Amino acid sequence: MSDAFVEVDKVDLAYDEVSGNAIEAVSLSMQEREFIAMVGPSGCGKSTFMKLCSGLRRPSKGQVFVEGRAVSGPLKIVGMAFQNATLLPWRTTLDNVLLPLEIVQPYRASFKREREKYAAKARELLRSVGLEGYEKRFPWELSGGMQQRVSICRALVHEPKLLLLDEPFAALDAFTREELWLVLRDLWNRNRFTVVLVTHDLREATFLADTVYVMSKRPGRILAKRTVDIPRPRELEVTYSDRFAEIVLELREHIGRIRKS
Amino acid sequence: MTSSLERWSPWLVLAAIILVWEVICRAFQISDFIFPAPSAILASLRQYAGPISGHALQTFWTTMAGFALGVAVGVLLGILVGSSRLMYRALYPLMIGFNSTPKAAFVPVLVVWFGIGTVPAILTAFIICFFPITVNVATGLATIEPELEDVLRALGASRMDVLLKVGLPRSLPFFFASLKVAITLAFVGSVVSETVASNEGIGYLMMSAGSQMRMPLVFAGLIVISVMAMAMYVVFAIVERRMTGWATRGMDARA
Repeated sequence: MSDAFVEVDKVDLAYDEVSGNAIEAVSLSMQEREFIAMVGPSGCGKSTFMKLCSGLRRPSKGQVFVEGRAVSGPLKIVGMAFQNATLLPWRTTLDNVLLPLEIVQPYRASFKREREKYAAKARELLRSVGLEGYEKRFPWELSGGMQQRVSICRALVHEPKLLLLDEPFAALDAFTREELWLVLRDLWNRNRFTVVLVTHDLREATFLADTVYVMSKRPGRILAKRTVDIPRPRELEVTYSDRFAEIVLELREHIGRIRKS
Repeated sequence: MTSSLERWSPWLVLAAIILVWEVICRAFQISDFIFPAPSAILASLRQYAGPISGHALQTFWTTMAGFALGVAVGVLLGILVGSSRLMYRALYPLMIGFNSTPKAAFVPVLVVWFGIGTVPAILTAFIICFFPITVNVATGLATIEPELEDVLRALGASRMDVLLKVGLPRSLPFFFASLKVAITLAFVGSVVSETVASNEGIGYLMMSAGSQMRMPLVFAGLIVISVMAMAMYVVFAIVERRMTGWATRGMDARA
């Protein structure tokens, strides 16, 4: 287990003494380039789990190791995207994608000098998610799906090793959502970073992830771990196969039990 | 057609008011000492153009000095209050209390401290106009999406980074909106102070003209002061649109 990329070891986290633990006794390990999904009912501490992985929060008990080192502060090797695209409305698409490079080292130090090089990189990234020609547009000129693509590009521009996605497609319509599954799948195929995807959508989790974890109601515990043994590359058709339906159903039963309890 | 009517409608209303005013004054033969007709005010404006412009200039620069002070202090205080919970908790109630006090009540205090003249006028303009700026800047800073802050902080961004890259640009529309309010308030402050404690400025001019029952001149001063305040309002409205078009254009797109 020591060669795991992320190792979460019996972690509790309480935001304050009154409200009790948000997550409790969570242990799991992720291999490098693994794609994991976290599913569970609302308020089960999935987002808390993300904050732990990013180093934004420190566990109240237990430890989180990334690349073998205990996490004690913001990691800088992570990229994050959320349900809201949270783009800056005064920046163009391109400048929004470049934002992390203005902040994270080593890019920050050379940003002014190498701006053209970085801009070329950002353009390439935007092209790979189908946003070629939108570089100079402002966020409000883009559709929700496009904004979310930009948000994912922003999360990836500094080549993070760990991508944290908190229900990134939840606000999109069903067709756009499936389109973005493919975008994310292709990005992951090409660059092979490690992904933690927090989602309510069991089909989404099953389609994209290698391993799906089911979390309980608050305080969030990991109730089940399901390896998705559907071979890659996966196409959307796979979501209509029996094997896929079986896994989704199994996950659904877990959720159903949690909701009843 | 409709849009051009809309465009000219304020001017039409203004013209109508002046016309009705003039007609009423003449029809009922209202004395200039009580309520001067627009024509009498205009005549007075012409007659005393020299002294009026001198006093107007005095009021203008006094107001702008107080306003500049108000912007500087308002922005700094806004940043302080908006970026720290502790500062917000500690300072906000105090600021509300201060803002609830009628600013005219400070003038006698300022006069004792600084004597009559320009300094109390500048300071009154300042204390009356910094508050909306502070509140608006603080609001802009305090309403940053927490997710966005997480994105940046996970990259190792310092508080300063978040402030410069996100907080300040985000609060610019709030800031410019508050400038429009603050500049008109600044005129209120300086004129109030001039009325009570000065030998210069439009406030003083109106006060002394009033005591001599020269009502057309009082009204002339009133008009000069409102034209100046409106002109500055327009200037800042234009600056606002130039600087933060993204904020209002975003709204247009959504509407």
